Amino acid sequence: MTIRIYVPKDACAIACGADEVAEAIAAAALASGQPIEIVRNGSRGMLWLEPMIEVVTDQGRIAYGPVDAGDVEGLFAAGFLTGGDHALRIGKPEEHPFLAKQTRLTFARCGIIDPASFEDYRAHGGYRGLERALTLGPAGIIEEVKTSGLRGRGGAGFPTAIKWKTVADAKGDQKYIVCNADEGDSGTFADRMIMEGDPFELIEGMTIAGIAVGATKGYVYTRSEYPHAIWAMEKAVEVARANGMLGANIAGSPYSFDMEVRMGAGAYVCGEETALLDSLEGKRGTVRAKPPLPAHKGLFQKPTVINNVLSLTAVPHILADGGQFYADFGMGRSRGTMPIQIAGNVKFGGLFETAFGITLGELINDIGGGTATGKPVKAAQVGGPLGAYVPTWQFDLPFDYEAFAAKDALIGHGGIVVFDESSDLAKMARFAMEFCSVESCGKCTPCRIGSTRGVELMDRIIAGERVEANLVTLTDLCQTMKLGSLCALGGFTPYPVLSALNHFPEDFGAPPRVVLEAAE
Amino acid sequence: MPHYEPWSDERARAVIDEFAHLEGPLMPMLHAVQETFGHVPDAVVPMLAEKLNVSRAEVHGVVTFYHDFRHEPAGRHVLKICRAEACQAAGGDILADHAEHKLGCKLGETTADGRVTVEPIYCLGLCATAPAAMLDGRIVARLNERRLDALIAEAQS
Repeated sequence: MTIRIYVPKDACAIACGADEVAEAIAAAALASGQPIEIVRNGSRGMLWLEPMIEVVTDQGRIAYGPVDAGDVEGLFAAGFLTGGDHALRIGKPEEHPFLAKQTRLTFARCGIIDPASFEDYRAHGGYRGLERALTLGPAGIIEEVKTSGLRGRGGAGFPTAIKWKTVADAKGDQKYIVCNADEGDSGTFADRMIMEGDPFELIEGMTIAGIAVGATKGYVYTRSEYPHAIWAMEKAVEVARANGMLGANIAGSPYSFDMEVRMGAGAYVCGEETALLDSLEGKRGTVRAKPPLPAHKGLFQKPTVINNVLSLTAVPHILADGGQFYADFGMGRSRGTMPIQIAGNVKFGGLFETAFGITLGELINDIGGGTATGKPVKAAQVGGPLGAYVPTWQFDLPFDYEAFAAKDALIGHGGIVVFDESSDLAKMARFAMEFCSVESCGKCTPCRIGSTRGVELMDRIIAGERVEANLVTLTDLCQTMKLGSLCALGGFTPYPVLSALNHFPEDFGAPPRVVLEAAE
Repeated sequence: MPHYEPWSDERARAVIDEFAHLEGPLMPMLHAVQETFGHVPDAVVPMLAEKLNVSRAEVHGVVTFYHDFRHEPAGRHVLKICRAEACQAAGGDILADHAEHKLGCKLGETTADGRVTVEPIYCLGLCATAPAAMLDGRIVARLNERRLDALIAEAQS
């Protein structure tokens, strides 16, 4: 009997040697005469265990990891094909505490199915959302999304239904759905994982959005740093088209929708929605002044829905199970689940999807297991390069848009980067300014010039030159950038800088009290 | 190691024409040009301008805006080391210094023998298995000095 073995094709697994493991398994099976089938699935998200392979046995799927190609011979000897015991044996993945504690909606299929298989997608509930969307019609779809309370998962947290309604009501001979998959924030990889592990879900979400607002064309704009995600998405688009789920008259309905995958070229600022639209049009990725909103004049000046990957991939579930089902998760005005990414100097890093409301401390200490180096945690940067450094004494902060905003922090795209006590936060503040200066699109002065002046100031502060006076100037500069910048790049760079300064003034060569007074 | 074609007007036109039917075709065209020739030569700028009915200045502006597009060919191998926060938190600084020292050139430069271009990259999305790098399009995570040395040796071979 052919035994099925799953070896992830997720970029993270490949970077840790999954391709070599797959080859070694194929060779060992051939040598032993045991017929096997290797399925290249996505990742379950327990990334410290990658490459994590799974074998289908009588008791269900049994996982082993992290597997190196050199371990394969030993695994065969230990009878892993029937779930045999081995030092790397994890057992049933779904019973692992890291997965058992999660509420997986968006990532329900990721790591379980063959991402290239249309049949597998359907067999695991795929396209149930679209089927229901077709019976509801455009207004009904938007109503369902409104009930769900879904807010933009890219970071801004804008209610998705309002955006869709605006585009639905806008007049235009052509409308577009643009998926922002330009996941440039360090510490985030949820978009990449879903594109590699369950790409049809994004296609389904975009198709539903297209039907809701009357758009017939969609674009996924992703990063050149994500070659595996691009490959997986392009493959899935082809398969969906061949199965009548993209193109004219989707699933035999009167609606038509097709899409393309486009690649950026290494510009971080293109993750900003209007810069992304300019880039898609073939221009420099400079930020547009708003209004007009993309919903009125977006791609090629046509009404455009631009949503993050995680917003669009939440949609199939909202449609399939109803908006209320989704809204029943979460806290306050943050409804549903958030795929949180735990990364950096952390023991158990990975993808953790859960309802809003979980605290940062639970995520970093209980689930993440503290630092990989074993040193005490110093801080965590939440929300990417533009997110605040949150100190350990604020780790009771619940994951919620409003709770974070109240502490001058942001959830962003849900990435958490953990730093241990050896980190120098003045250096990280300098990096934030430097990153902004390199990546600034150059359109507005506070961002373009402010970030350069910020690097110079940080250099002087780190060198110990007139620290007190320079910190006053730095704080003032941050206010200017925050209030005067056109987009979040210049506007939010002050978050990491000021949070580092306010929480860890000693790293800047200042006694805490003096700095706090200067900051006021 | 990637293989690039020598410059030819005719070939460049063919590469560009392949994407002419797209909406907003300039980015796909530039990627294809770079994939074919290893960089975006000046000679292609007027061709693109003519094809898309925009000014040369506009095309030049786009080419120079994006970090990915090279004006000059890179070394035979390109090693990109992630310098973003998650990799920094996991010891990326020491590795970047080590690579610079070992190769005898700074990030953003090519070794004197033209074999290796070493560049910073800002996030490969491998942040839970940091530090990470990419050699000629192949990604490597859980980098340490030993694994980095192996990558450098491979690039120098």
